[in-house]
Amino acid sequence: MKESGSVLVIGGGVAGIQAALDLADRGFRVYLVEETPSIGGRMAQLDKTFPTLDCSICILAPKMIECYRHPNITLLTYSEVEKVRGSAGNFTVEITRKPRFVDEAKCTGCGTCSQKCPIIVPNEFDMLLGDRKAIYMPLPQAVPRVTTIDKDSCLYFTRSVCKICQKLCQAEAVDFDQKPEKINLNVSAIIVATGFSLLNPSVINEYGYGRYKNVITSLELERLANASGPTGGHVTRPSDGKIPDKVAFIQCVGSRGLGRGVSYCSSACCMYATKEAILIKEHKPKSEVFIFYLDLRASGKGFQEFINRAKENWGVLYIRGRPGEIIEDPTTKDLIIFCEHTVRGEVRRLEVDMVVLCPAFIPRESNNKLSEKLRVKLDEYGFFKAEDASLVPVDSNIPGIFTCGCCQGPKDIPESVAQASGAAARAVEVITLTARREG
Amino acid sequence: MEHRRIETPKIGVFICHCGINIGGVIKVPEVVQYAKKLPNVVYAEENLYTCSSEGLSKIKEGIQEHHLDRVIVASCTPRTHESLFRATCTEVGLNKYLFEMANIRDQCSWVHMKDPEAATEKAKDLVRMAVAKASLLHPQEETEIDVIPSALVVGGGIAGITTALCLANQGFSVYIVEKEAKMGGMLRYLHKLYPTMRNASEVLNQLVNEAKASKNIEILTSSVVKEVKGFIGNFEVAIQKGDEKTVNFEVGTIIVATGATDFEPVGMYGYKKFDNVITQLQLEQLLKKGRLQNLKRVVMIQCVGSRQEGRSYCSRICCMTALKNSKLIRESYPDANIHIFYRDLQTYGQEYEKYYREVQEKGVKFIKYLPEKPPEVSLGENGKLNVNVYHSLINKQIEISADLVVLSTPLIQHEDAKELSQKLKVPLGPSGFFLEAHVKLRPVDFATDGVFVCGSAHWPADVGESISQAYGAASRASIPMSLKRLHTEALNALVDEEICSGCGLCELTCPFAAIRIEETKKGRKAKVIAASCKGCGACGAGCPQMAISMQHFTDEQLLAQIAALAEVKS
Repeated sequence: MKESGSVLVIGGGVAGIQAALDLADRGFRVYLVEETPSIGGRMAQLDKTFPTLDCSICILAPKMIECYRHPNITLLTYSEVEKVRGSAGNFTVEITRKPRFVDEAKCTGCGTCSQKCPIIVPNEFDMLLGDRKAIYMPLPQAVPRVTTIDKDSCLYFTRSVCKICQKLCQAEAVDFDQKPEKINLNVSAIIVATGFSLLNPSVINEYGYGRYKNVITSLELERLANASGPTGGHVTRPSDGKIPDKVAFIQCVGSRGLGRGVSYCSSACCMYATKEAILIKEHKPKSEVFIFYLDLRASGKGFQEFINRAKENWGVLYIRGRPGEIIEDPTTKDLIIFCEHTVRGEVRRLEVDMVVLCPAFIPRESNNKLSEKLRVKLDEYGFFKAEDASLVPVDSNIPGIFTCGCCQGPKDIPESVAQASGAAARAVEVITLTARREG
Repeated sequence: MEHRRIETPKIGVFICHCGINIGGVIKVPEVVQYAKKLPNVVYAEENLYTCSSEGLSKIKEGIQEHHLDRVIVASCTPRTHESLFRATCTEVGLNKYLFEMANIRDQCSWVHMKDPEAATEKAKDLVRMAVAKASLLHPQEETEIDVIPSALVVGGGIAGITTALCLANQGFSVYIVEKEAKMGGMLRYLHKLYPTMRNASEVLNQLVNEAKASKNIEILTSSVVKEVKGFIGNFEVAIQKGDEKTVNFEVGTIIVATGATDFEPVGMYGYKKFDNVITQLQLEQLLKKGRLQNLKRVVMIQCVGSRQEGRSYCSRICCMTALKNSKLIRESYPDANIHIFYRDLQTYGQEYEKYYREVQEKGVKFIKYLPEKPPEVSLGENGKLNVNVYHSLINKQIEISADLVVLSTPLIQHEDAKELSQKLKVPLGPSGFFLEAHVKLRPVDFATDGVFVCGSAHWPADVGESISQAYGAASRASIPMSLKRLHTEALNALVDEEICSGCGLCELTCPFAAIRIEETKKGRKAKVIAASCKGCGACGAGCPQMAISMQHFTDEQLLAQIAALAEVKS
């Protein structure tokens, strides 16, 4: 039995990848659309994963490459969904492929162009802590393994000079005349897996993010801890490159707050902060690590045991309380945290070398536009809303359009993966029913 | 099987830097130079990432340009990357069983990161051993098997029914086996579901009716799995239906959706000693039947029997259950005074945190207790219960009188899960729940092909989470069933009938029922059922006649590796 029907998956993070692979393995044609130059998403940025401390990119990369190699998957990176019409079983979708000014079919990923490009700009993939060139591959394991020219910083586009990449490219892949390309697709079902953003914690003014160099975010720490990150895997303080002796993590930065930030819980932070605390201890066993929390949320498989290990084997110290303020020592750039240990009823002053903020998971800015195009509802916070979160958790209000992973709200990796497979199964149900109706 | 070498092998070795994961510790160029001098190695090179598309092209070019007939990648672990490299070899016509891997990341650069010299030497050792084995590798043919497009779902609760319906709607036939007389599992005992407050029975009835109406679903109640034989695509299942009869059928896949049961807190907080100390599940039933009257003062205690020595895990669903039930009580008895004694409230995500605030606004009071100073329940002279608790946030011991004390106990694995896990050849994890193939990336697969898991059998899950996983398991199970034919890994046991004495020890040893004694013209001989054999090697190790060898892991190959290790370095 050859199955007909095809599916559009929007978003190339771990959820989109899983949904695409399940559908492709079943024999359906899948179009996987990703707005950045490479698939991989947030998981590709993480150093390790809790509670097993697996290397994140090492377990994700094989799936990324499987997507690239799969005969039933068409990868459309650096692309965006423009218009969607039709209904379940018969959607027409218009996609724009943004010009990357490098011919994907010709580029061999040798990297010569990036080596010789004279323009250095901060790398978004490294949370702006590391650099990339104007012609770049966002991460070494990028899929597809081709470079992209960032038009806004390229000398040719800004000042009509240079073109050195074009001269050096033996594959003749650089094409400054590339234009946006429109692609029209006909698909039976759509899966939205666009993930989440992180709140910029500078809105919680008293923690000094943006003002104090040694106050960083948890995702910045992931890049610092990563062997292919900007510091080669050494967790160092941004102010002086010193390896910190005392580090404090602050939970619920902009989450569970009434007034500023968002009111909900971001679900994954207690666990990833514990993981990052262990990573710091692994790098420097004598360092002291504190985690300020409100409720320790460790209800997943093996999570409580992971926290127990962090406390007992690694000596990570958990303090219940939300710090009131952080002050920077102007000469040493050390940080003084004013806080309350609510279980002990003590008011404390804690001096540390570095503070790591765990910011709220927030909806992507693009959710508004995308939801309008799809006619899919968002919830009161701006995440994609399930038609009924407990009974049909991957169905949207539009039949034939499904959602999975963190575009629905905060989730950890296995929840996103299970849900992605779930969305794939629901998409197949729709295709089967449509085929049956059409005889 | 011929064990003679046809011609001298031509081995290519690809050594991966893995960025700086390997290259930051090990002197990769030195290992490349070393590899080039090893016997039968005709080509060696280094790659920044052998698993990148560039690296894979290098392997293919190597095979074509240097006529390689054996490929070794020295990089990370075969667990994540072997299938990729094998597929690459296959693409240019090299049998995938002529590929070998040396794990110089996990076993060298990671564990010996503080001693780069020794790590480099060890990497050379591992490469030398891989070369020794690769020289003796043989191409293998895989067995092709048919997949029966039907599934067995064990457990007729919300997860089981959902996964069954999803598969049935895709055209697969499904058997649901439920050990109770009625379908529904845990939902039969629940009153309302959080956060929607829909009636559990309405939700359940609708799904049960859909399942009953589906022509692709056959429901077997009061039934348990008696025996499972076979392998992915062809499981032979025997079901014991009541006391009456055994039902036999064949399925291609199996989904475990057996849920969990609640822990009974005997001897804790006066449970079974005082009348008005009940569990949260008992409260559900009282609420459902409308049997609660004149409730004035209620105390709920969280983490009873969980997050403590002996049962260290958090049961995930109890905080929300307590919040939901206190909300229901406040709605019926607006004056009821409710205290929830908690340790850490698990109201994760958008909806549950919002629900928590609503319950706070409804006037339910929260007291954070410490596990080292747990609450105490006693019977007062007035016949009321007294609960003593150390309120950790105001730093005071307080006493609250209560008409009803409700204990939130964890979900625990069923007693008979162990038996089922043995019958299905799938493992249970440290907390007793079924253990998936990979905690991050394969949350609903078992390592055993063709068997899947969803719902609270895997880990305590609420209705929405169970349903998400149930759809997920349906997706995973549908893949082999829609393909209809599968290849199985050719890592089988191989019996040399000339030597086999037919003693039958292998049949007793095999955990997968993949080898059995048959009468042949030459007498009693062991026969391997290729599709069931996992290549674990138990039969080979146990055979007193040394008549069984493991393909791809022959004695000859392993001894060559050991000899290569012991070789004095020049």
